[in-house]
Amino acid sequence: MTITTADLVELQLPAGIDRAQATTILAQRLAASGRVTDQEGFLADVRAREEQMATGLDGGIGIPHARSAHVAQASVAFGRSADGVDFGAEDGPATLIFLIAAPDGAGAEHMKILGSLARKLIHAEFKDGLRGAPDAAAAATIINDAVAV
Amino acid sequence: MRIVAVTACPTGIAHTYMAAESLEVAARAAGHEITVETQGSAGSTPLTAEELAGADVAILAADIGVKGRERFAHLPIVEGPVKRGINDAEGMLAEAQAAVDAQPAVDPAAKLDTSGKVPANPALASVVAPGYKPGPGALLRTWLMTGVSYMIPFVAAGGLLIAISFLIGGASIATQVNGGTFDGHTYKEISDVTDIWGQVGIAGVLYYIGNTAFSMLVPILAGYIAYGMADRQGLVPGIVGGLLAVSIDAGFLGGLVAGLLAGAVVLAINRIPVHKNVRGIMPTVVVPLVSVTVVGILMIAVVGSPIASLMDTITDWLNGLNGTNAWVLGGLLGLMMAFDMGGPINKVAYTFGVASLASGNQDIMGAVIAAGMTPPLALALSTVVRPKLWTTEEREAGKAAWLLGASFITEGAIPFAAADPLRVIPSLMAGSATAGALSMAFGASSPAPHGGVWIIALIGTPGLWLVAILAGTAVSAICVSFAKTVGRAPAATATEAGASTPAASLTTAVHG
Repeated sequence: MTITTADLVELQLPAGIDRAQATTILAQRLAASGRVTDQEGFLADVRAREEQMATGLDGGIGIPHARSAHVAQASVAFGRSADGVDFGAEDGPATLIFLIAAPDGAGAEHMKILGSLARKLIHAEFKDGLRGAPDAAAAATIINDAVAV
Repeated sequence: MRIVAVTACPTGIAHTYMAAESLEVAARAAGHEITVETQGSAGSTPLTAEELAGADVAILAADIGVKGRERFAHLPIVEGPVKRGINDAEGMLAEAQAAVDAQPAVDPAAKLDTSGKVPANPALASVVAPGYKPGPGALLRTWLMTGVSYMIPFVAAGGLLIAISFLIGGASIATQVNGGTFDGHTYKEISDVTDIWGQVGIAGVLYYIGNTAFSMLVPILAGYIAYGMADRQGLVPGIVGGLLAVSIDAGFLGGLVAGLLAGAVVLAINRIPVHKNVRGIMPTVVVPLVSVTVVGILMIAVVGSPIASLMDTITDWLNGLNGTNAWVLGGLLGLMMAFDMGGPINKVAYTFGVASLASGNQDIMGAVIAAGMTPPLALALSTVVRPKLWTTEEREAGKAAWLLGASFITEGAIPFAAADPLRVIPSLMAGSATAGALSMAFGASSPAPHGGVWIIALIGTPGLWLVAILAGTAVSAICVSFAKTVGRAPAATATEAGASTPAASLTTAVHG
């Protein structure tokens, strides 16, 4: 089971968008791939989570995420933004955005994979790899390799 | 240094693990040993007894309740939001090092002996278990508990100071400071606070301080409920709404309304998309201004006016009841005393008692005092007899509640009632009605408007009056102990059954 594919990667998010727009662009990818069954429902769940506490983190990372009934399979859509998108982090906008979709009531296996992805986000070499990825397929490979158990 | 840590976040799929990794990386880089329990959706591997026993310090990076917090009772605890674990693991480690350095050197075996003691900073229990997505009920309870946890020290400080002032100065202290009539003596209100010392003495000063702390109960409750919902932006409208709840005599139930209203208003404002240029002044100017205005107007216009007319209506109705069976009147007053503990209904009943004193009927005051004493006493009793039904913090509050109840400080019950009003308030009403009805039926009388058991020498038929209080206490304690076992969230029950730690009381972390 892979958590992302080249179809779920957008290396050139448009400039000047806000976090809702960035999240929507990535959610569209997830919906098109069938991993998210109801885009609007899923986005509502992500918004609800984002309202509890902004998901921007130091070092240019945004991780909008939700456990949602509208998710068929644990997945990550990855977006890269040259200008950055404000995700509420104190040190500035996020250039690497991970939209993490977890199925509601999923077993521990799904969650472990997402957990190991989250752990990777701490490491500079993982982030640098994604910043330098030449194309979507390369970025997807980096993410999938990172969580390979 | 050997560290045990817990990370937890609301969804349990991202921040929990990032914080764990960040703490592990930073700790290893600095040459520390660390074990992290990730209380996330993937289930958590619990810290072992050896890891807990051998640890020097605990780090909790969590935005929701840390499961099994009492396991860390023997350790210094460094605590912060989960984001701090991610962004500032080094800072948390430095604090942990400082906490360890500040500890006297003890061997691990000795440390374990203290594990039964209450943590220095007992936080609240909640029903949030890891991997459990809180429903609206659990969420509401978490918010209420946040408010209650900040309010409890005010109840303890204020209530105990008032009780102590009665003990050393006699129950007439309150009347001497505030003015009024006590057992036939009429006192003038002391308007200049600095004169209290000279005119009434230290007891009067302690009473005044206690009363001041009490005046903050509802604003703090409302402020921190809103804080629990909307973080620090909720604090201002919550506290102002709480102050207004006091001004309009809405009591702590008004405070609950103000807090929830303030949190909701702030969350709603933040949903409105605003232009980038305005965004900067949103948290400092726009949100405080708009939220305080909206909450304030709602509290005064929508909540305040009905309460004022309600109080008039009930007062008229009570006055019309003269000639009714004495015990029925006592029972009704009991129901009213316990309904909102300092709120409008309670105030009408209490004022009715004081007014009756002026017209020469002392039985009604006796019943009102008896009914106002049972709520804290019953809750204190329940926390002793059925400790597992209550959170660590509530059990602590229960200890003070004995003295508060004995002193006719009904407010001692508010923390319990605010956290779980639907179960607690009806139970307290049942016992207070019993106490009020019995006190009236026995013809017990009080010539003084307050004082609790400390005015027992002034009470007419004191023995039977005490019987009424004990009976009411027993009724409420039984009711509340029963109510607490009904309709609890399945997650809470499952945790209680499944955990090996006592009572499995979980803690809610304080945000930000």
